Amino acid sequence: MENTAVIFANRNFKLKSVNAKKFALWLFIVSICMLFAGLTSAYIVKKSDGRWLEFDMPDMFLYSTLVLVLSSVAMHWTYLKAKDNSLKAVKIGITATAAIAIAFFYMQYLSWVKLVAQDVFLVGNPSGSFVYIFSGLHLAHLIGGLVFLLVVFLDTMNYKVHSKSMLAIEMCTTYWHFLGGLWIYLYLFLVMNN
Amino acid sequence: MSITDIQVTDELVHGDDHHEEHHEQSFIFKYIFSTDHKTIAKQFLITGIFWAILGGGLSVIFRLQLGFPDMDMGFLQPFLGDWISNSGKLDPEFYLAMITMHGTIMVFFVLTAGLSGTFSNYLIPLQLGARDMASGFMNLLSYWFFFLSSVIMFISMFLSTGPASGGWTIYPPLSALPQAMSGSGMGMTLWLVSMVFFIASTLLGGINYITTVINLRTEGMTFRRMPLTIWAFFITAVLGLLSFPVLVACVLLLVFDRSFGTSFYLSEIFIGGEALPNLGGSPILFQHLFWFLGHPEVYIVILPALGITSEVISTNSRKPIFGYTAMIGSILAIAFLSFIVWAHHMFITGMNPFLGSIFMFLTLIIAIPSAVKAFNYITTLWKGNLVFTPAMLFSIGLVSFFISGGLTGLFLGNAAIDINLHDTYFVVAHFHLVMGSAAFFGLLAGVYHWFPKMFGRMMDEKLGYIHFWLTFVGVYLVFFPLHYIGIAGFPRRYYSFTNFDAFSSFVDLNSFVTVAAIITFGAQFIFLFNFFYNIFKGKKAPLNPWNSNTLEWTTPRIPEHGNWPGEIPKVYRWPYDYSKPGAKDDFIPQTVPYHQTKESNTDFENEESKKEQPAT
Repeated sequence: MENTAVIFANRNFKLKSVNAKKFALWLFIVSICMLFAGLTSAYIVKKSDGRWLEFDMPDMFLYSTLVLVLSSVAMHWTYLKAKDNSLKAVKIGITATAAIAIAFFYMQYLSWVKLVAQDVFLVGNPSGSFVYIFSGLHLAHLIGGLVFLLVVFLDTMNYKVHSKSMLAIEMCTTYWHFLGGLWIYLYLFLVMNN
Repeated sequence: MSITDIQVTDELVHGDDHHEEHHEQSFIFKYIFSTDHKTIAKQFLITGIFWAILGGGLSVIFRLQLGFPDMDMGFLQPFLGDWISNSGKLDPEFYLAMITMHGTIMVFFVLTAGLSGTFSNYLIPLQLGARDMASGFMNLLSYWFFFLSSVIMFISMFLSTGPASGGWTIYPPLSALPQAMSGSGMGMTLWLVSMVFFIASTLLGGINYITTVINLRTEGMTFRRMPLTIWAFFITAVLGLLSFPVLVACVLLLVFDRSFGTSFYLSEIFIGGEALPNLGGSPILFQHLFWFLGHPEVYIVILPALGITSEVISTNSRKPIFGYTAMIGSILAIAFLSFIVWAHHMFITGMNPFLGSIFMFLTLIIAIPSAVKAFNYITTLWKGNLVFTPAMLFSIGLVSFFISGGLTGLFLGNAAIDINLHDTYFVVAHFHLVMGSAAFFGLLAGVYHWFPKMFGRMMDEKLGYIHFWLTFVGVYLVFFPLHYIGIAGFPRRYYSFTNFDAFSSFVDLNSFVTVAAIITFGAQFIFLFNFFYNIFKGKKAPLNPWNSNTLEWTTPRIPEHGNWPGEIPKVYRWPYDYSKPGAKDDFIPQTVPYHQTKESNTDFENEESKKEQPAT
């Protein structure tokens, strides 16, 4: 009885704080937001300078955006399945998410090919260079997301992901949705400014 | 069932229990790849001291060039090799390399990593009552990224083409074109690589500091009971988290311009009569991005020093800090304002004068929270039972520099005056006093104050006094005359001014400054001796040498991994109950509950004491 009381007392105090790792992830997300906020404001400042090359964004970027949204859906499905303790579905879900993400990589590459066909190069007017930098830097962060997926996949193999131990997959889902949202922001930003 | 569940979450959330079982670690994991915040703090401190000697040494060499332009520097040939010509003259390009390295080293490696890295790591867990940082592994990575970045920067100083030489602000196109100067070649590349690791280190550290402050405070340690040191480190980490990623963006575009031929910062440049292919870029864009980091960086440097000073002054005045809430408010206000004033570094870039006046207005507002801090320090000292420990002297010295350097900030913040004084020695004098020397004094105050906790031994007080007076007087003798040279119009970063008749009357003054700089630099070796000798041979320190209230003084003389051998202490009051009327001692540690201090409680505190559960 006394033990229970102590545990409850501890619990009440600790409930006030967020999980430290989750909080650290949010701070990491804040720093990525600042990175892209810096880059997109650089874009606006540079554009207002004049000597700006106008061109149409290839349609391929729209398709790739839809594919990335699909991968976020798959990720969320995986998360729900982990809550239900259906580990097999979790493994399928993670694989599917990663596969769709790799398709996204390829489609981004195809978009670059389209850009080159439009005579928009990395080296040249900054308006084109920015598109390559934004999409390339986003892909670099997505590689981090893929590594995170792999870690969660291995955890699932070792029965470390289930309804009572959701931390890893929860954080992975948060990061994945963030990367999806980040790309949608970048895509809309580029479309509206071009 | 429900109990087991709770225990599971418990462990996940706090997980401090497993620290208590002490296990012997091998030398490598205890002192080198340690995850213990105290060891990591000492690693940051020692590395910072190394860089401070190097950065200070460079300044002495270029001061010799400025103070005694005709001097034969042949005696430096063993150290500098070909950078000293056969006629004993310093190479002009190497002069630029030295001022660049001096700035980079002091701003980033000494006053960011050496100051925040040391004291945030050391004090956050100890003053909050935590076993360690939120993530020991991230903390370890933070130090080793810093170490790697240090190694790369150090190597760059031995390149035959010299290290980066375009000033610590690395403005393009000078820094973007290897043809521009020899330092913009490999030296600049290594500078950029080094800074990438440095930023990674700062972000890892900062995320850790913030998470620890939010999540790992001991029971009773509310935000309103946190020592001002922790408030300062906390807000500093937030500033770093928001501003360093923008430096990444800035540097990334520069890397692309340098290595891949893009034109973000470059346009219409002719070298040797030939046009470069770059079109459409803008060097002003770089300045905007750079100063968006650069200005908060100034506060990343000074805020921890101000936090340390608050703690040291209050303890050694035996008085509560004056205006605790106002102190927190002014930290927050300074942090907020630091993000919206960056263009005051760019008044002469041809910006719209209307925009300039907005930035001028915002800049001058910073004077208000800064003045609040200065007044609060003075009113804390007012009628206190002052104890002049070396740490206290250095803290008072900081307040002095903060005021005298801050006053010139009011001049420089005015666009009309700044256009005249921009890039003169007036600016050099201003920021060396308000940011450089003040933050450096904060660092020294911190070392003197927490040395007994760090190493379990005392530093020598007499040597501390000699060190203080030589440094304090020395700093004023070095930087005060520079105001006059600056008002006379002499530009910073120039190799020599003897070619200009207008400045010939300042030759003696410059020699004087150089002599003062050498003496001040020499005085630091007193500190170094005091520091290293007493790590091993100092008098053993008592548990609470300064009769201080904060939690770190409740640990054993040399805290083990996990900080407290038993339970983590609980906190019942704020940290500044010094000389409380009615109390039997002139200090009441944070761990003493109100119901034990009936004689000194206020009515409100008596109410609070009824809610306290007796300690079990």
